[in-house]
Amino acid sequence: MFQKTISELAKGLRAGEFSSVELAQSFLARIQAHDPQLNSVVTVTAEAALAAAGAADERLSNGDAVLLTGIPYLHKDIFCTEGVRTACGSRMLDSFEAPYDATVTLKLKEAGAVMLGKTNMDEFAMGSSNETSFYGPVKNPWDLERVPGGSSGGSAAAVAARLAPLATGTDTGGSIRQPAALCGITGIKPTYGRVSRYGMIAFASSLDQGGAFAASAADAALLLEAMCGFDERDSTSLDRPVEAYSERLDDGIDGLRIGLPKEYFGEGLDPGVAAAIDTAVGEFEKLGAVVRDISLPNSSLAVPAYYVVAPAECSSNLSRMDGVRFGYRCEDPRDLEDLYMRSRGEGFGAEVKRRIMVGTYALSAGYYDAYYLKAQQVRRLIREDFAQAFAEVDIILGPTTPTTAFKLGEKADDPVTMYLSDIYTIAVNLAGLPGMSIPAGFAGGLPVGLHLVGDYFAESRLLNVAHRYQQATDWHTRVPAAFGA
Amino acid sequence: MRHPHTHGSPKYATFCVFPKPSHEITRMSLDKEAVSRIAQLARLRVDESEYELYARNLSDILSFVEQLNAVDTTGVEPMAHPVEASQRLRPDEVSETDQRAQFQGIAPRVEAGLYLVPKVIE
Repeated sequence: MFQKTISELAKGLRAGEFSSVELAQSFLARIQAHDPQLNSVVTVTAEAALAAAGAADERLSNGDAVLLTGIPYLHKDIFCTEGVRTACGSRMLDSFEAPYDATVTLKLKEAGAVMLGKTNMDEFAMGSSNETSFYGPVKNPWDLERVPGGSSGGSAAAVAARLAPLATGTDTGGSIRQPAALCGITGIKPTYGRVSRYGMIAFASSLDQGGAFAASAADAALLLEAMCGFDERDSTSLDRPVEAYSERLDDGIDGLRIGLPKEYFGEGLDPGVAAAIDTAVGEFEKLGAVVRDISLPNSSLAVPAYYVVAPAECSSNLSRMDGVRFGYRCEDPRDLEDLYMRSRGEGFGAEVKRRIMVGTYALSAGYYDAYYLKAQQVRRLIREDFAQAFAEVDIILGPTTPTTAFKLGEKADDPVTMYLSDIYTIAVNLAGLPGMSIPAGFAGGLPVGLHLVGDYFAESRLLNVAHRYQQATDWHTRVPAAFGA
Repeated sequence: MRHPHTHGSPKYATFCVFPKPSHEITRMSLDKEAVSRIAQLARLRVDESEYELYARNLSDILSFVEQLNAVDTTGVEPMAHPVEASQRLRPDEVSETDQRAQFQGIAPRVEAGLYLVPKVIE
């Protein structure tokens, strides 16, 4: 059952080969059997899942089901879920039950998708290894001594181990694409403004964007389509119709112009990763794509610009966690200031505190122009690099990450080294472009991710290009041995 | 050499708690004193034993972002929204229902519809 694609599952449900309840049960059993090794799911909602599956079975028999009706998924614990704890990987929200559903949660409920539980993640999505979670690190299913990436590490590890066929994620600097790469699955982050941020706990509002994880591009297309769309409740949501992503998957890519940014193939790129990407480029050429070198000259500025913008915005967003209205509150506060300071000091972990302090510093009097404004100017330069590139090519291709999955603890004490693991993904968030990572082979037994970046609103094209590659290769069907049965 | 100036800074923050960053030195160095001030501004209780580690971490991060200052951004408009969308307006009508009881249901301490905090005025 767990090896089937979403359209096979949907077909099976309609043909009565199995019910949605049986499907949910089979994945819940996989979570129970395998997750103790991975720590990818922080809350299992078995009872609610079976109730939702029962309702889905009714819809299926009434004939008013849509494609995701009855299909199980795991939800990143950053999306608010009414009546189910939304902890965002933090002690601060360990007891927080959102009084409302995020728009994404609601849309998936309306589609009849069956939520199996909530996935582990870096605290408030701040991390690249899932080691900053209050609930402990997630392990990479390909090697339990290695990180799954972050911040959506739980979602990525769970899909890689086939504990669910689909999972949601969010991507502020690579938090979907980087873990997708390190876990050997498909992950897509759409254009900024495409997926509603309402009820998605804010980290850096000008960069945060929801997206989808699945084994394949064809499966991810279905989840993404259900998540996307204009939302009045999100002031940066874009009012543009959503394409039916799955309808264009089989389009030809003959003559597709692919650009390889020379900056993404330089120093620091692991030779094993480079070799896998080279092979993939050859595959695309066989499919008829025309490959050429391009340049994104301001690439080296992306990570530094991000580490001004993201902390600045997080220091402002996280000021709402004050121990007064919801979330963690310290014991016996002496006075109001002590209440704020201790609730926040005890409720947040070290990486979140670091970023709040960097952001506070960057936004403090006399420093706003030198840091935040400067970074926003650099952001425009980065965006212009992409605009020039897209005048010449349709898709930008490169490695998603400079190396394969690193060891747990390897970079945990050195924030700047950790930040550099997102070196190829961050620029895409600064520009607000859609990007995805797909599996493209292995280096030293660990998955390699191929990064595809499209122009604004080119999600359909990206998924199409990824799908054609996956028709010609089988990397996306590989399951880590320990989870293959 | 560029110096930060206060144009555009929030009005309430008329004090400057940090030494001016000098872009002649690329290594930013915050001391324990600075960490304590930043933590106070951010309303974060940080244990004194951790000041040194945070001082080192924050100095590393700020030194790393210093490279932005090598870029000439004269005349470059800061980017706010990737596709240049502006804020939508809506009619000034009540759109939300009263959910106070539900929202206060998750608060650490409430009484008679009010959030409780330690006494502010003696």
